[in-house]
Amino acid sequence: MSNSYTSDILKPFKLKTKQQELLIRVSILCLVYILAFITRLFSVLRYESMIHEFDPYFNYRTTLYLTQHGFYDFWNWFDYESWYPLGRIVGGTLYPGLMVTAALIYRLLHFLRFAVHIREVCVLTAPFFASNTTLVAYFFGKEIWDSGAGLVAAILIAVCPGYISRSVAGSYDNEGVAIFALLFTFYLFVKAVNTGSLAWGLASAFGYFYMVSAWGGYVFIINLIPLYVLVLLITGRYSMRLYVAYNCLYILGMLLAMQIRFVGFQHVQSGEHMAAMGVFFLMQVFYFLDWVKHMLSDTKLFQEFLRITVTCAVAVGGIALGVGMASGYISPWTGRFYSLLDPTYAKDHIPIIASVSEHQPTAWSSFMFDFHILLFLFPAGLYFCFKRLSDATIFIVMYGLTSMYFAGVMVRLILVATPAVCLISAIAVSATVKNLTVLLRSKTKVAQIGSTKGTSSAKASSKASLDQSQPFQKNGAMALLFGAFYLLSRYATHCTWVTSEAYSSPSIVLAARGAHGNRVIFDDYREAYFWLRQNTPLDAKVMSWWDYGYQITAMGNRTVIVDNNTWNNTHIATVGRAMSSYEDEAYEIIRSLDVDYVLVVFGGVTGYSSDDINKFLWMVRIGGGVFPVIKEPDYLVNGEYRVDKGAAPKMLNCLMYKLSYYRFGEMMTEYGKPPGYDRARGVEIGNKDIKLEHLEEAFTTSNWIVRIYKVKPPNNRW
Amino acid sequence: MGKLWLICIASISILLPFLCNAFSPETPTDRRVLVLLDDFAIMSSHSLYFNALKSRGFDLEFKLADDPKIALQRYGQYLYDALILFCPSVERFGGSIDVAAIVNFVDSGHDLIVAADVNASDLIREVGTECGVDFDEDPSAMVIDHIGYAVSGTEGDHTLIASDDFIKSDVILGGKKIEAPILFRGIGHAVSPANSLVLKVLSASPSAYSANPKSKLSTPPPLTGSAISLVSIVQARNNARLLITGSLSMFSNRFFRSGVQKAGSQTKHEKSGNEQFLTEISKWIFHERGHLKAVNVKHHRVGETDEPALYRINDELEYAVEIYEWSGTSWEPYVANDVQLQFYMMSPYVLKTLSSDKKGLYSTSFKVPDVYGVFQFKVEHQKLGYTSLSLSKQIPVRPYRHNEYERFIPAAYPYYGAAFSMMAGFFIFSFAHLYSK
Repeated sequence: MSNSYTSDILKPFKLKTKQQELLIRVSILCLVYILAFITRLFSVLRYESMIHEFDPYFNYRTTLYLTQHGFYDFWNWFDYESWYPLGRIVGGTLYPGLMVTAALIYRLLHFLRFAVHIREVCVLTAPFFASNTTLVAYFFGKEIWDSGAGLVAAILIAVCPGYISRSVAGSYDNEGVAIFALLFTFYLFVKAVNTGSLAWGLASAFGYFYMVSAWGGYVFIINLIPLYVLVLLITGRYSMRLYVAYNCLYILGMLLAMQIRFVGFQHVQSGEHMAAMGVFFLMQVFYFLDWVKHMLSDTKLFQEFLRITVTCAVAVGGIALGVGMASGYISPWTGRFYSLLDPTYAKDHIPIIASVSEHQPTAWSSFMFDFHILLFLFPAGLYFCFKRLSDATIFIVMYGLTSMYFAGVMVRLILVATPAVCLISAIAVSATVKNLTVLLRSKTKVAQIGSTKGTSSAKASSKASLDQSQPFQKNGAMALLFGAFYLLSRYATHCTWVTSEAYSSPSIVLAARGAHGNRVIFDDYREAYFWLRQNTPLDAKVMSWWDYGYQITAMGNRTVIVDNNTWNNTHIATVGRAMSSYEDEAYEIIRSLDVDYVLVVFGGVTGYSSDDINKFLWMVRIGGGVFPVIKEPDYLVNGEYRVDKGAAPKMLNCLMYKLSYYRFGEMMTEYGKPPGYDRARGVEIGNKDIKLEHLEEAFTTSNWIVRIYKVKPPNNRW
Repeated sequence: MGKLWLICIASISILLPFLCNAFSPETPTDRRVLVLLDDFAIMSSHSLYFNALKSRGFDLEFKLADDPKIALQRYGQYLYDALILFCPSVERFGGSIDVAAIVNFVDSGHDLIVAADVNASDLIREVGTECGVDFDEDPSAMVIDHIGYAVSGTEGDHTLIASDDFIKSDVILGGKKIEAPILFRGIGHAVSPANSLVLKVLSASPSAYSANPKSKLSTPPPLTGSAISLVSIVQARNNARLLITGSLSMFSNRFFRSGVQKAGSQTKHEKSGNEQFLTEISKWIFHERGHLKAVNVKHHRVGETDEPALYRINDELEYAVEIYEWSGTSWEPYVANDVQLQFYMMSPYVLKTLSSDKKGLYSTSFKVPDVYGVFQFKVEHQKLGYTSLSLSKQIPVRPYRHNEYERFIPAAYPYYGAAFSMMAGFFIFSFAHLYSK
């Protein structure tokens, strides 16, 4: 009796297969959503809720300003604490998407009476958007393949290290929201192409607007989509749907993008955006020809017309481009863009771009590190895509191939490739698993296969093969399935390990293993910035290499000469020149820039290798690029960079060397080594008797990582 | 007990103004002067000079240079405003004084008079070197001038020279022209070429040279002609003033009183110029003259009175500063027509001469250049004899806000027309297209 009673009660809850599938799908998505968020919280658990790296500090500072002063003041903000004495129009030289997003979240939370600090919002913005990206990935996968592929894509992208590297908690950078915006724009555009709906086209234009407001990487979108359209035109896949989708995106997207001050008229004037405009006009020509063809019944006449029209169109386009370029109305490509197309360009011409480690060409190991099995699944996915070509799969193939090329050119662009790689790999995984399970299930429940919809062709083929050699294939399928699950579980393990070991370090607080395996924390950066904040006059100007500029203004609240927004090469070169000159020459430069304090980062005591001495050659190169008195060979011995006794005399007496190694010669760093043994470079330094004339040591942090020097006033009696 | 307290407090409150009657930015004249001597005989032999100082209100304290009790500062406070070293032969100072202490004394804004002499000790030479002058290294060398010597009864060795090659500055030497030549007997020095602050107040004539008068000249003398400085002054960057001379006897009563006739000149002066020269220059050294102060720096937009935190490009602004000169007793308006203001960012964008109202107020107005950045109002007034005025005030200049640009530009009317006609045309076209059938 009771049995029937319970079953009666449960009856309304008993779901049909379709509903069950939906429930599973939704719960998987929910779990993935949560997983994507919590896997990015390692850094908060290990250290504390803080902003990481360099650029995020600027973003944090601007967000703080935005929440304190409101949008219009932010929009018009002239920041005189950076780039002394030039100043920086912050509102007009940044992509405000990230700050506005964080400020809106902050407002919303406060409206709901959650009294959170803006820092917490900033810290958690990137993980939150990573979670949203998984949802977009699901819908995107569903759009180009099926919902299974969508689910797998969501799972893969949730933990993919290539994406996590830029979206852990605290990594408050443009890329955090931009990858979401990028994928979302692509999804909406593909949706628009698939449906031919003006509404989806409009949505994709707004997605593009959000992307433009968030990151300079929008240039990728505005070049990839025209390229895609061009490929469709060439392959004869032109359709009204494509016409609607592209024109809507381009026209509205352009108008919207021009509202961002940093982009402005660049969108119609700069070389990077010309491809989109060219394709736009080509599209109109195509449409016009289509119409003429429709009107003209005579094919011969049409051929003639076509020839004339195409020649004229190409000629007019070419002349317009040529005149635009020659008159300077269309600006040429920027160095960054060149260096993407020609990986050696930056190295030869723009040292300031080449000096950034994330602009280096990618090593194979980092591909493996960031993609793991996706690297092998990617070609397989491409195979599946080619097997079932549609407008959507062509798009994802093109996205995958171009972004993979860019990922090979620059390390940081692995990030852009990650969604494509995840999606294509997801297709491979989903298609394989589906085929295999169909194979397994077909023997026992042949009848039920018919109910799984969507893959009728696959079913038919598997059914056909099933009939030929059943038992062997079933075992094989089992083995392959296990193999696939093993690989995927390895992927999950790898991703978690990479996240916790490599990508969760804030780089502002350093951690090392002590002699007994215990964790040693070096919090020298914050110590130094706090010192600056507490002990220097409010209007003091601090000179350091540009890497630390954002942090000094954000944490030390002091004016800096140069910072990470490397817009003025001459100013940076002046600092590079000061650092690589002899002290008295450097003093002249320092005085002319009204510098009060000089800050250097030194890793000789702790063995911290990304310090200023290791960056020094870039200072020489960048300085020498503008001031030819600085010559790189003066600092090298037989092309070799060294700091020990055999170092070049200019090296041993330049300001950077003196400031880094001042009083270091009398220090014992390691047992069994002579005093003045540099642990970062593993040598005994060459100049132990350093005397400073115009500067004096003001502060050195507990592990000597940051050293601050005060600039003395000129001699009183001379 | 209570009564005692009352007396204490009363006496302190009465004495306090006197105790504090020392050098301060408000009354820059020195008050307390320490005089270090080789022996106390100098007190009487140079009494005219000292009395002149005393009569102007200086509080002189005479000590032997090797007195073990002398000290320049106690508990971190300087006890004196100025130091006179009339001790050319001292080998070691007594007490805590050494060269470094004297240098610190100067670097913290105090004044110094150094008189060396023949056989000056290494210590005094070292003080000279720190102040930017190099005395002749030969200890027995003197300045000899066979043409510009002072005529005296006996022929002599021409080491008593009469010099009248003064620096041309009324601020340093006073408004009254010094008629009589200066009698000088002592050691010559050269100003260090690396030092840009040291000035020759009294130079030797072109025929002078520095050598030992008793021995025969075998090598060319190291110091010759007008490169030899007899009296030099330094005004340090912190406005401390220094006087260095190679003759102690030029301060003496004998030189003050004696008449002088320069060789080759017919005019015989009853009295040498020493007294006038050294008194006037001591007024300069002790900040009774040529000391400027700038107060009330004001700048604001034209038509406003409040000082803004930052300007906008193309703002019209007014700048005003009041400059006063210390006359020894009170602050008088400083009158000059060459005080310039720079609006400076790495280089001066605006350079304007300030107009004076002859009452100390200097002002100008100008338009902020069309360049944004962190500018400085800079007044760098460095005039011979005056303390250097170096005012700089940082002021950021911002670009226009988004809503500060001109709203409707006449030149753009064709574009407005194009935009609106396009909108209208689009509307009509859509209407016609949708509802034509």
